[in-house]
Amino acid sequence: MTDTLIDISGVWKAFDDHSVLRGLDLSVDRHEAVVLIGASGSGKSTLLRCVNGLENVDAGHITLDGNLDVTGFKTDMDVVRRRIGIVFQSYNLFPHMTVLDNVTLSPRKVLKRSAAECRDQAMTLLQRFGLAAKASDYPDRLSGGQAQRVAIVRALAMEPELMLFDEITSALDPLLVGEVLDAVRELKEGGLTLIMATHEMGFAREVADRVCFLDAGVVLEQGTPAAVFGSPQEEKTKEFLARILK
Amino acid sequence: MSASTTAPGAPEVYFDPVRQAHRRKRARRDALVGMASLLGFVLVVGFAISRTSGWPLVQETFFNGSEFIATFPGLLDAFLLNVRIFLIAEPLILIIGLLVALARDLRSPLLLPLRVLATLYVDIFRGVPTILVIFLLGFGVPALQLQGVPNNAVFWGTAALVLSYGAYVAEVFRAGIGSVHSSQRMAARSLGLTSLQTSRYVILPQAVRNVVPPLLNDFISLQKDTALVSVLGPIEVLRQAQIDASSTFNYTAYVGAALIFIALTIPMTRFADWVQARMRKRRTMAGTA
Ligand SMILES: Nc1ncnc2c1ncn2[C@@H]1O[C@H](COP(=O)(O)OP(=O)(O)OP(=O)(O)O)[C@@H](O)[C@H]1O
Ligand SMILES: [Mg+2]
Repeated sequence: MTDTLIDISGVWKAFDDHSVLRGLDLSVDRHEAVVLIGASGSGKSTLLRCVNGLENVDAGHITLDGNLDVTGFKTDMDVVRRRIGIVFQSYNLFPHMTVLDNVTLSPRKVLKRSAAECRDQAMTLLQRFGLAAKASDYPDRLSGGQAQRVAIVRALAMEPELMLFDEITSALDPLLVGEVLDAVRELKEGGLTLIMATHEMGFAREVADRVCFLDAGVVLEQGTPAAVFGSPQEEKTKEFLARILK
Repeated sequence: MSASTTAPGAPEVYFDPVRQAHRRKRARRDALVGMASLLGFVLVVGFAISRTSGWPLVQETFFNGSEFIATFPGLLDAFLLNVRIFLIAEPLILIIGLLVALARDLRSPLLLPLRVLATLYVDIFRGVPTILVIFLLGFGVPALQLQGVPNNAVFWGTAALVLSYGAYVAEVFRAGIGSVHSSQRMAARSLGLTSLQTSRYVILPQAVRNVVPPLLNDFISLQKDTALVSVLGPIEVLRQAQIDASSTFNYTAYVGAALIFIALTIPMTRFADWVQARMRKRRTMAGTA
């Protein structure tokens, strides 16, 4: 008996006559952590952006929790984005606001919660990720690792049901990757459903419940990390892993 | 990270006293040499000018002491009108500029008329010389003798300045909005903020910050252009100087008026420079994050 949280079926997406996603299917269960791997340009970012409606699909359906059609014509995308969080490679913090204001902005304005309530919630989250001392700093005073953790906290403050991470460690100094991955590990242990694109194969092996290899716009191969990394079935997967693990 | 590398108890900065004394001495010497050089330059140029044959006449016509004393208080008085025009026009220009900038970026098809209007407004008022707008409104509208429409020259002169500068400032704001990276909008939308909330809380505050220096420049320009209203007749500072000059055939009053404008624009220019320098510093700091 599985409990599907997000169901992606037959999704196509093209940019200027070039199809990036070609009828892609993927379904993710509640509390599952799925890692997307694949060559640069294979469509990992595009898929994540389609899932929370930052891109419109050309065909196919994406359904959240069996009740919200992300791809529907009449769907209010603001509702979708409230329930699905995303963190990008470039942290995209708001530079004119303190860390605390970055985190509380959308709970206050979107969920209409009181300032005091948002503040408490934000401080609890910042504390949990070792950022309490930074609450009143501006983003330009943060290291890359701190900035990325603030971006994660900011997305978490909306209490999303599903969290998307798009290569959140790619822009970081290698020394700072660990602290961000620790934060992701913590979320995984907390039971949040995750889909993440990453080039950190070691980390993928450790936290993923399932690894999906994207190629030519579809999920070419998927399975447990042990299966995909240990005994890949497809030629393309073998080539990709050989290249990246070298 | 930087301070934590020094040993506990060690001072934050340390200079070798000999080196520091040398540095101080050199700074003092540089300042002295600079002042002496400048003074010498002024003396030589001043002396040369005062020895030219035309100088007494120039001094008599433009820098006449008694004429200055006689006209300056009246000029200052008249200048209050320029200040009033400026203080009324500037906030209106900011409001119109911002609204027009926002209207030009509207995406909703229902609001297309607004977008077209805003674009037309900017195209027209940026193309027509300010003084022409002042003539058109200041002489044209009162000539229509419309019921309930003021026909006071200061009103229409100010309105013309507002319309003319509003178009410029709208473009400044629009450039500011464009300078905020699109990833900021994407990040805000992905947090569930609506398009309007995104503009209000994320894009505009950054855009406005980015355009403070060019806006200050426009303020300075507007301070000077309040004198254009004189063509409609109200006694502001330029008009007053004109009256003074034409009654005595002496141009000292014009120089007095110029001094008043300079006295106001120099602090404003220095302030704009200071703001710009501060923002550049902030930006280079932010660039490392
Ligand atoms: N907004 C866009 N407009 C045009 N083309 C785009 C756009 N976004 C992505 N693409 C193209 O779509 C393809 C897939 O891009 P995508 O960013 O999804 O790949 P990716 O798997 O995330 O790659 P990477 O590992 O480099 O992040 C690329 O060829 C890219 O150039
Ligand atoms: Mg990508």
